[in-house]
Amino acid sequence: MTLDLLRFTTAGSVDDGKSTLIGRLLYDTKQVFEDQLDHVAQASERRGGEGSLDLALLTDGLRAEREQGITIDVAYRYFATLKRRFIIADCPGHQQYTRNMVTGASTADLSVILLDARKGVLEQSKRHAFISALLGIPHLVVAVNKMDLMGYSQERFEELVAEFGGFADKLAGAHARHAGVMRDISYIPISALEGDNVVERGENMGWYEGPPLLRLLEDVEVAYDHPYDVPARFPVQWVIRPAQGSDYRGYAGQVASGAFRVGEEVVILPAGQRSTIAAIDAYGGELPEALAPMSVTIRLADDVDISRGETICHAEQAPTVARELEADICWMTDAPLRPGGRYLLKQTATTVTAIVDELRDHVDVHTLDRSEPPAELALNDIGRVKLRTSAPLVFDSYPDNRRTGSFILIDEASNNTVGAGMIAAA
Amino acid sequence: MSVAERPQLSHLRALESEAIHVMREVAAEFERPVLLFSGGKDSIVLLRLAEKAFRPAPFPFPLMHVDTGHNFPEAIAFRDRRVAELKERLIVASVQESIDSGRAVEEVGPRASRNRLQTVTLLDAIAEHSFDAAFGGARRDEERARAKERMLSFRDDFGQWDPKNQRPELWNLYNGRIRKGEHVRVFPLSNWTELDVWEYIDAEQLEVPSIYFAHEREVFERDGMLYAWREGAELIEGETVFTEMVRYRTVGDMSCTGGVRSRASTLQEVVTEIAATRITERGETRADDRVSEAAMEDRKKAGYF
Ligand SMILES: Nc1nc2c(ncn2[C@@H]2O[C@H](COP(=O)(O)OP(=O)(O)O)[C@@H](O)[C@H]2O)c(=O)[nH]1
Repeated sequence: MTLDLLRFTTAGSVDDGKSTLIGRLLYDTKQVFEDQLDHVAQASERRGGEGSLDLALLTDGLRAEREQGITIDVAYRYFATLKRRFIIADCPGHQQYTRNMVTGASTADLSVILLDARKGVLEQSKRHAFISALLGIPHLVVAVNKMDLMGYSQERFEELVAEFGGFADKLAGAHARHAGVMRDISYIPISALEGDNVVERGENMGWYEGPPLLRLLEDVEVAYDHPYDVPARFPVQWVIRPAQGSDYRGYAGQVASGAFRVGEEVVILPAGQRSTIAAIDAYGGELPEALAPMSVTIRLADDVDISRGETICHAEQAPTVARELEADICWMTDAPLRPGGRYLLKQTATTVTAIVDELRDHVDVHTLDRSEPPAELALNDIGRVKLRTSAPLVFDSYPDNRRTGSFILIDEASNNTVGAGMIAAA
Repeated sequence: MSVAERPQLSHLRALESEAIHVMREVAAEFERPVLLFSGGKDSIVLLRLAEKAFRPAPFPFPLMHVDTGHNFPEAIAFRDRRVAELKERLIVASVQESIDSGRAVEEVGPRASRNRLQTVTLLDAIAEHSFDAAFGGARRDEERARAKERMLSFRDDFGQWDPKNQRPELWNLYNGRIRKGEHVRVFPLSNWTELDVWEYIDAEQLEVPSIYFAHEREVFERDGMLYAWREGAELIEGETVFTEMVRYRTVGDMSCTGGVRSRASTLQEVVTEIAATRITERGETRADDRVSEAAMEDRKKAGYF
């Protein structure tokens, strides 16, 4: 399916030029309004910017970060071209905010990683690439920025491509289970400041034969491009039952993956009842089929009793049903994760209690080494964990299905979201 | 599969599906949600999304309007008509009553507005009805402080928003756990732009109040904006009332919502005008955001929409 909506994330270390790049994308695609420009011009002047326009200020959000001059949280930006609508999850660069990077990456189809051509591949660039791979983002774009400061040197660019490529190979090797998920890596030499290879090609890097960044963003395939090739999943969110006197009963939800057609036989998990799809309702009419990511209401031919949290799927391509699972967890709160910990676990439309049975390892996001079982996972740590749940879950592995393979952990005392989980292949 | 055979899902339908998903999650996980309906274009879209999410059943929540008492009469007439058509329940929370009961203090002078006072009325109504989730039509593209807003935005028992301490929001898994007295604001249109909203209204052929289309109106000009003249409005020296063809881009409190000169009199013309426009909606029409660089952020922290 061609979806004219692309969600992507941007990451870079502080001062690599991420804000300038986003400002440039917005500015060159004429998404910046006059009052925003006025505002930026005024702010640029107040900060002593010599009358020039600091495009980075366009993406500057809250007061705290204006005061500190850094981005502290994920911010979302929007722009459009004639071909596509774009949603940018703009993630901060510094050390302590792995959790924000994971958050921004969770919904992205593509990740843009910025390198400063002078500084090369930093530890943080590696962490961003690792998180992009771990979060199953299929496309990675490495934008080598500030090429103007390196005399637009092809040699320097190729050096960095080789260096990053070495790390990417290691990433694919060390995490073979993600290798099928991250489908491609592209490298683009840019100058966010001057605009080369962002929206327009520019005149300074004739040696570069690939597309400018925007063209790549317009053409890349997104996750839902092949709904007929993946197993279908429909987690029931809500049962629609009008007041008495009507025998209408519809199962409302969003197709998590794949496609469903009227007349198909389905199985409802975890209980395992079988039925046939009698109708697919969308407001204003019935549909012959429903594809991810559509929100619809499914009616079944038989009088089965289904409730929120159950999953409709095809019997021959059924997901796993289990009360035990292993997952990579990114820990997002100060109090560490330890064996024996109890949390609420929300996955698709189900919430259960989960107990941490075992910590299997801890990943060093720079070397990609997996350690011996650690005593705990601290804030921003990522590691493999074994969990047991109070009721069976219906799931796929995360590399197979980002929607049914992901979960969050919630601390019952504070109600905070404390962990992001990606279910490992069995 | 060849490209030609690939089915299409437009970005509008993708955004619609995401919004319906959020609404159903909130209906399922909260005990007493409410949908804030102002008669404005964003909340008109919310109503259509609610129909898509829950029909043929009634909505699993009432609608609520925070009434400043300074409304465009066209917007109120529209509001009542739409609610009657839908056969849903509307609660009206009145800023005038908050003032009369001493809970809120009216601003004075020619620049007085009831915009800030709405926060008091809104939070009181949420407490009175024990609402634990309130759907609003805010979008992240409206204003810079909103760019970091979550789909489910947590508010403490003072109704306050803490931008530094927001729950991470991963995938489409929303954490709906709160304590008694706390609530969440839910923004299903977070990822929509103003243009998306108008394209959707056009695609769905939704009725909107007539003030969104160009019409002749008595106005006065202040700070480069055209405010509707109404009985009791105070003019500043040098301001005069004149007649102009205008259109409104938001339906706020009449006292602080400016109109724009426009000839767009149909949905199609409005979509075209918005697509070509070079000024953001809030910067053009909302005096309340012009007060300071961080105006919106301050109001949001205090519990505003
Ligand atoms: N020479 C040059 N400077 C750049 C380029 N991109 C960004 N900068 C400058 O690098 C500094 C940091 O940029 P900024 O966008 O704020 O970085 P961020 O911290 O990654 O958001 C600013 O002074 C920018 O003007 C570029 O392509 N070339």
